[in-house]
Amino acid sequence: MKPSPPDPSSDDGSTGVPGFRSWRAVYAFVFAVFVVTVVLLALFSRFFA
Amino acid sequence: MNHLDWIVLLVTMVGIAAYGAWHTRHTDHLDTYLKGSRTTGWGTIGISVMATQASAITFLSIPGQGFESGIGFVQNYFGLPLALIIVCAVFLPIYRKLGVYTAYEFLGQRFDGKTRLLGAGLFLLQRGLAAGVTIYAPAIILATVLGWRLDLTIIGTGLLVIVYTVTGGSAAVSLTQKWQMGVIFGGMVTAFVILLMRLPDGLGFGGAAHVAGALGKLQAVDVSLDPEKRYTLWTGLFGGLFLSLSYFGTDQSQVQRYIGGASLREGRLGLVFNALLKIPMQFFILLLGALVFVFYQFQPAPVFYNRVEWSRYAAGPNGASFRAIEEKHAALHSVKQEKIRTWLDVRARGDNAAEPAARAEMVAANAATDAVRNEAKAALTAANPLAKTKDSDYVFIGFILAQLPHGVIGLLIAVMIAAALGSKAGELNALGTTTTIDLWRQLRPLAAPDEARNVRAAKRFTALWGVVAIAFALFAGFSENLIEAINIIGSLFYGVVLGIFLVAFFLRNVGGSAVFWAAIAAQALVVVLYLSLSISYLWYNLIGCAACMLFSLLLQVCLKTPSKMPST
Repeated sequence: MKPSPPDPSSDDGSTGVPGFRSWRAVYAFVFAVFVVTVVLLALFSRFFA
Repeated sequence: MNHLDWIVLLVTMVGIAAYGAWHTRHTDHLDTYLKGSRTTGWGTIGISVMATQASAITFLSIPGQGFESGIGFVQNYFGLPLALIIVCAVFLPIYRKLGVYTAYEFLGQRFDGKTRLLGAGLFLLQRGLAAGVTIYAPAIILATVLGWRLDLTIIGTGLLVIVYTVTGGSAAVSLTQKWQMGVIFGGMVTAFVILLMRLPDGLGFGGAAHVAGALGKLQAVDVSLDPEKRYTLWTGLFGGLFLSLSYFGTDQSQVQRYIGGASLREGRLGLVFNALLKIPMQFFILLLGALVFVFYQFQPAPVFYNRVEWSRYAAGPNGASFRAIEEKHAALHSVKQEKIRTWLDVRARGDNAAEPAARAEMVAANAATDAVRNEAKAALTAANPLAKTKDSDYVFIGFILAQLPHGVIGLLIAVMIAAALGSKAGELNALGTTTTIDLWRQLRPLAAPDEARNVRAAKRFTALWGVVAIAFALFAGFSENLIEAINIIGSLFYGVVLGIFLVAFFLRNVGGSAVFWAAIAAQALVVVLYLSLSISYLWYNLIGCAACMLFSLLLQVCLKTPSKMPST
């Protein structure tokens, strides 16, 4: 199995994710999802307690 | 297991291994062998990272954890998304920029040879010790409940993983992990759906969740500051952050999964995939365990779930006392079932006045059955102090064998084996790579340009580690305490290794000698503290890391040697 030649533009700063122009925005999104997940888990516990 | 189960099990497991080995049989380029295909996308990287972390014990023990203690264990993963953000932003770009094969190669470029050797040595020591456990721990459970021979289970799974990992290296590991995770997700969702269908008529998911919640199984977030509590929001955030940062950022078995790939973007997205999905996945597995708990509230439930261990002593000279405990548990279990049904009726009627009393009676009945379960464990210990009293690992596999239809049983056993193979493959791949790149090539620098010779060496070292793992699993004679001890030893090293890497990234004026001796001193401090204090071992991740960074700064001031920083 021969490796394909490396793409010179492959390690640039673009995220390739629609709606996210920078990695900082992606990390902010991950952090926001984490906070929402914890809040939802807390609400889940409260609802079924 | 019947013939259908065996067909499902063998076709999925041997088929995936054979496909992986066949598809990557011509992997003769060192870069592909050690880092995987240059065309690997974020989905494969993300699944590979997930599969390497999720061992068979994840799918055997975590539902048992949900059954026994509830879903609070999910908090252990709260530091993981934050750690992965740091790995994406700091660790990964530097690894890719420098084009290293291992995380410890970076230490050699940033510091010196001895620091690289120290990092690689600590990894090989703790991961090599754990290598036998990764095979042994699921094998002992599967062999016990399925009546398989333990030695053949260990040798069979061990040889299967060696064949495709040695043949195709990192490319084969990622490829097979993708299919193995497909089997795992398919099997777990199937088990969840069947479990919901087996609940009593009219109860449904909502009713089952209310029962589990009322009996204390659904407290996912605990903001208590009580240091006695093992799982809280705070231990998860702080302990979990350092543990995950060390595991994902510096453990070669994980670094190797995302260091290759088509681009930096694919690696980052693979890690983001895990940051988003890991907590929901663990929640789902724990919830499955909590629902199995509810299922057994409406069925005759054993007093002790490791039936083989229980039967061994129940057939002995103290059999009468064991049968008395069983009868007592069965009677109290019936009472509890009645109390649960009463509480559900009160809730359905909307009788808010009667609800607190009905709930209190149900909780008291549950405490009574728990007390008898503890009595059963005490009876086992009295019969033999070395008896295995932890039965929660046997809850989910017992449910699978007793309640699921044939075919699905084979699929769920395949889930356990797939998880064992996936994590083992990542581990062997990393051990072989680190031995080749950080040890063998250092001793034979003239061999470095000979690519074919490097690949041959990597294959031999991977096979060697596989054989060591099998031999360790066969002959070490693990006890439950030894398995836990090996996991603790791993945690004792993680903090210091993370400290070395954080010094490399953030304390740019610190040189190799300072960090090397600081790491030795920090490791000694961690060992001394471990032997003299009785705090949770998770805290040693933080202590080891902080001590290594602090000692590095102090020693650098004393040594005043210039540091070597690669241009990143």
